[in-house]
Amino acid sequence: MADEPLVLGIETSCDETGVGIVRGHTLLADAIASSVDEHARFGGVVPEVASRAHLEAMVPTIDRALKEAGVSARDLDGIAVTAGPGLAGALLVGVSAAKAYAYALGKPLYGVNHLASHICVDQLEHGALPEPTMALLVSGGHSSLLLSTDITADVRPMGSTIDDAAGEAFDKIARVLNLGFPGGPVIDRYAKEGDPDAIAFPRGLTGPRDPIYDFSFSGLKTAVARWIEAKRAAGEEVPVRDVAASFQEAVVDVLTRKAVRACKDEGVDHLMIGGGVAANSRLRALAQERCEAAGIRLRVPRPKLCTDNGAMVAALGAEMVARNRAASDWDLSADSSLPVTDPHVPGASHTHDHVHEVSKENLYS
Amino acid sequence: MLLLALDTATPAVTVALHDGTDVVAASSQVDARRHGELLLPAVDRVLAEAGTRLDAVTAIVVGTGPGPYTGLRVGLMTADTFGLALGVPVHGLCTLDALAYAADVEGPFVVATDARRKEVYWARYADPRTRVTDPAVDRPAEIAEAVAGLPAVGAGALLYPDTFPDVRAPEHVTAAALASLAAERLAAGAELQAPRPLYLRRPDAQVPKNYKVVTPK
Ligand SMILES: [Zn+2]
Repeated sequence: MADEPLVLGIETSCDETGVGIVRGHTLLADAIASSVDEHARFGGVVPEVASRAHLEAMVPTIDRALKEAGVSARDLDGIAVTAGPGLAGALLVGVSAAKAYAYALGKPLYGVNHLASHICVDQLEHGALPEPTMALLVSGGHSSLLLSTDITADVRPMGSTIDDAAGEAFDKIARVLNLGFPGGPVIDRYAKEGDPDAIAFPRGLTGPRDPIYDFSFSGLKTAVARWIEAKRAAGEEVPVRDVAASFQEAVVDVLTRKAVRACKDEGVDHLMIGGGVAANSRLRALAQERCEAAGIRLRVPRPKLCTDNGAMVAALGAEMVARNRAASDWDLSADSSLPVTDPHVPGASHTHDHVHEVSKENLYS
Repeated sequence: MLLLALDTATPAVTVALHDGTDVVAASSQVDARRHGELLLPAVDRVLAEAGTRLDAVTAIVVGTGPGPYTGLRVGLMTADTFGLALGVPVHGLCTLDALAYAADVEGPFVVATDARRKEVYWARYADPRTRVTDPAVDRPAEIAEAVAGLPAVGAGALLYPDTFPDVRAPEHVTAAALASLAAERLAAGAELQAPRPLYLRRPDAQVPKNYKVVTPK
């Protein structure tokens, strides 16, 4: 439909320079330039390397997205950009580009929340988000359980990691096993040939007195590292496939158990999973199994939309336009710790639309 | 011609508009921590003051530093993206050259800006239009000999009076000077630089040490 908002989205919160273009719920372009190879030898994302790469990649990536979508910049209804959370210096490159682009084209600017974008991207895959939706976001930077009744105005944190992000644990264990960076895909691959029940690794924060919806992966990470060291110290070969499978099982067991529990407790019948770890095949399979058993509809976008990209930002921007949310001001700043409760950053004179109909008490446990 | 000039390589967030003859509007704010917030509103203000719009601009010139990276990139990214959206050329010009161009000195002198970490970005000039060394980043004490006896310009010089005892105006770069210098060079048919950043330092990136054993031995 031509009357749906045509929005270009820019994402630079970490190491991917993403520019996406959507029309309403339809994906038109998803252009990505990644600096991941430059970070691989460091075993993690180096902020300054990422920021430098964003500056070089931005204009070519915008160009590529426009060509891919076959649209003219003049026809855009708005420019959306990740305003946070993320790496401060990296975010600022994207925000600077988005502001300049929107200003030069005379289009409204929407600074949006990275986490809300991860949820909203599913509209490009499965159509309008059910309201409410429970969302499990898992990546190298986030592990959050979020409940949204309106992705443009109400996103509530149910739980989050109290230490490492799930994806970080994958990276660290991959490093201990000398499998390289990033750890997610390679652990997934090895785990397919291993036994998930071979080693009983601990399930963090699953005791009766633990916070119900929060996660912890630091203890698991240490337990796995110790187990490997003990093997090495004893001169035994480390069963890499079994370690990968058992570690992965411990992570996805806790993630899916808590997500399904949250859905049941809140009476929500839709669970969406996003973030880079959503590409994990075992997470998808176990979530599917447990959701089916609990009568919950599972929505997981294709892997390319789960990792950081510009299309997710465009998707949320399009929703902001569709719901008449206020645009951001030209002094929009990058906010590395933008709260998840702020799906966007409306201009100072337009804060009236930023309603939270539902009480937010007891949400910050 | 209508030239839009921006520079965010130093604590000054500065914008100017030059019509080929003169600077027609300008804005400068000194705030080392808010380049991202201040630049676009400043562009908007300068255009309004000149009674024009961004799509009337025929070329852009941006300070390429050297300067602290996070702020420096704000100006470069903004200039790059304006260039893309408007389809106009984007030129780069060394920020130290713009400071030199406005220097209140005739003969040989030095320009120094704050590089943080107890270092300065600096270069030597024969006169306000002629740079004789490549921009560099050094500790003031290490270049004391190279700059001895020369007047110095810029906020970096003010920070280190032992190395730079004779400091002249201006303290901060202005986009007005950047625009004037660029306009002069373009009128003379000179090629300006590409709008790419002068970082002068490698990114801080320590390769993590080999995996640390967590089991006590
Ligand atoms: Zn993300």
